[in-house]
Amino acid sequence: MNKPMPQLTYLEAIRQGLWEEMERDASVFLLGEDIGSYGGAFKVTAGLQEKFGEDRVIDTPISESAIVGAAVGAALMGMRPVAEMQFMDFISCGLDQLVNMAAKIHYRWGAAVPLVVRGPSGAGVHGGPFHSQSNEMWFVHVPGLKVVAPATAYDAKGLIKASIRDNNPVIFYEHKYLYRRTREEVPDEDFIVPLGKAAVRREGSDIAVITYGAMVWTALEAAELLAREGISLEVVDLRTLLPYDEQCVLSSARKCSKVILLHEDTRVGGLAGELAAVIAEKAFEDLDGPIVRVTAPDTPVPYSPPLEEYFLPNVQKIADAARQLAAY
Amino acid sequence: MPTNVVMPQMGESVAEGTIIKWLKKPGDRVERDEPLFEITTDKVDAEIPSPAAGVLAKILAAENETVAVNTVVAVIDGQMPGEAAESAQGSAVAPAPRAETMAQAPPAPAAAEAPPAPAKALPEQVRPGEKLRSSPLVRRIAREHNVDLSRVQGTGLGGRISKKDILKFLERRTPAMGETRAVRPSVPSKPPASYGQTVTFSGPTHVTAMTPQRRLIAEHMIASKKTSAHVTTVFEADMTNIVQTRESMAAEFGRSQGLKLTYTPFIARAAVEAIKQFPIFNSSLEGNNIVYKQAINLGIAVALETGLIVPVIRHAEEKDFLGMARAVQDLASRARSKQLNVEEVQEGTFTLTNPGIFGSLFGTPIIHQPQVAILGVGVIEKRPVIRNDAIAIRSMAYLMLTFDHRIIDGAIGDQFMAFLKNQLETWQEPVI
Repeated sequence: MNKPMPQLTYLEAIRQGLWEEMERDASVFLLGEDIGSYGGAFKVTAGLQEKFGEDRVIDTPISESAIVGAAVGAALMGMRPVAEMQFMDFISCGLDQLVNMAAKIHYRWGAAVPLVVRGPSGAGVHGGPFHSQSNEMWFVHVPGLKVVAPATAYDAKGLIKASIRDNNPVIFYEHKYLYRRTREEVPDEDFIVPLGKAAVRREGSDIAVITYGAMVWTALEAAELLAREGISLEVVDLRTLLPYDEQCVLSSARKCSKVILLHEDTRVGGLAGELAAVIAEKAFEDLDGPIVRVTAPDTPVPYSPPLEEYFLPNVQKIADAARQLAAY
Repeated sequence: MPTNVVMPQMGESVAEGTIIKWLKKPGDRVERDEPLFEITTDKVDAEIPSPAAGVLAKILAAENETVAVNTVVAVIDGQMPGEAAESAQGSAVAPAPRAETMAQAPPAPAAAEAPPAPAKALPEQVRPGEKLRSSPLVRRIAREHNVDLSRVQGTGLGGRISKKDILKFLERRTPAMGETRAVRPSVPSKPPASYGQTVTFSGPTHVTAMTPQRRLIAEHMIASKKTSAHVTTVFEADMTNIVQTRESMAAEFGRSQGLKLTYTPFIARAAVEAIKQFPIFNSSLEGNNIVYKQAINLGIAVALETGLIVPVIRHAEEKDFLGMARAVQDLASRARSKQLNVEEVQEGTFTLTNPGIFGSLFGTPIIHQPQVAILGVGVIEKRPVIRNDAIAIRSMAYLMLTFDHRIIDGAIGDQFMAFLKNQLETWQEPVI
């Protein structure tokens, strides 16, 4: 407790995690569009090329397929590549490399593919339909991958470091809304947050709200509001979406007996559906009400600010759902 | 169109019923609502009316056969030519039995208490009039703690029983009452596998299965003995005044009211007056609380060939002698003809039993749980007694009160009986 811990933004925490891993392990290198001399579209990698050189922070052509393909090849050759998608929306161009190569190589040939594909996702910054998507479920459905989505600065650093050290391909979803809006004390020392472990952000007794990414903060705000009305929300931050922490999900569901599944992703095929199923299968006899989803509707993310606001789950929508469920 | 006749559900906890008797043979013409068969269940015996008019085509469950609720027991074939088509086209139609239970419908919440209308309906919104609503969790807790959910007040949407409701219900129960089976008035749908021990007897034996009603009685008797601290006190009452009143009024009573004047309404009226004086006899022990019931729901034990049944006179405290006499006769006769409704055998608060009609001097009756006392009347007969230092011939009867010593002390029990005895010996109330 000699020196106070520095306050880091979510973005700075990711940068620090990358920095530390590159210092710690010479096989770690970065590649992506404009990540070197420009420092990345959001400046996540600012300063890294100066420090580690052009061989370890590589500016690539605008081809996600090439970026992911090169990363898979490098990983097979024993490197630990961290590829940046300028926006996670464009990861679809590298889909084949990820789902048919990276995800299956270990299963098929026994070779490890220790790569990370990271980048900004999510809405709330008026980015429109091509720069705001939450497409994590494309990868949650692919056995062989891991999918991570931190909500806090501390986790962003701990999870990026754990992802780099993991021997499997990890898709790392950074929420662009959080980049500079959330900051907290993050130790400038080596630590990791283990993959596959959720965190209970707020203890409660009436309704478990299970969520991830930026919605963790929205859920916490709603919990604060509802506490004044006598409704106690527990907020679970999944942190890793694949493999998700089933034990934590079930334990909060059992404890509260009522569950709201919340995500910014659209409804059909969203993670809420999977979680609802596992809760119904394994905690049915602990339920005291219907399993409720609060999600975005099944549309592209609108550009228009009022429409985007309508599209996104917010405190009001969570509070409405929670009040109904509490009265059920 | 053929109509399936199914075993009706006679109360929520009842899972099966036994067919006692078919009142029609295959090939017989049957009218809609005409009695078709008699059943006995854990809760009540009943005559089941036909759900449709037509010809009884097939009987699928024989007499004395026990089948699960909703099992098809018969098929009624089509209408007679020219009749309007029934709506039920070959689907299973549960007949509306006379003894259809009303007890399970959740009360429609008063408007003032209704939760604010949700903006969007949740799935499985409760509609009034539907069956008891709870949740998987509530049902599991009920199962684990032997809770009869019909006793739990629901505060959720549309009266749904929520986790909070059942936890609150459990909280109010003491460990002593943890074995709900011992106190709840209805029988669990799955009774224990057996009540008795294995019989080892070298000679020839004859074995018959217990009827559901017999199993119910067996369970209740043992449960009551395990629950209450039974104590019985016996008083002797001079019934001469009442015997004379009955003898002088019987003919007139029958003529003007069409009722048989029996001793039961006298005892019932006197008991109600005594309960008003000593309300603890109209209570139950629930958790650490003594729950006093405002209404006096007087159970009258009626012996049937098949076993004992205790129909209940609701709000007996509101009845004068004539009302009581009419209620007694109505319930007793319908008990014998198996036409009681389920709710007419539920929620008694105090019970009368009359072993005297079989010649018994006095007995030690067992309390009908969750009540706390039962009053018995021995045979009324002329005995030599001392009056003014002389031997007189008077109509005498022993009265016995079994009460629950957990909450009622002997002194209170005897005060109750002294009051009752005095009521009977100084009978004033006109019978008409």
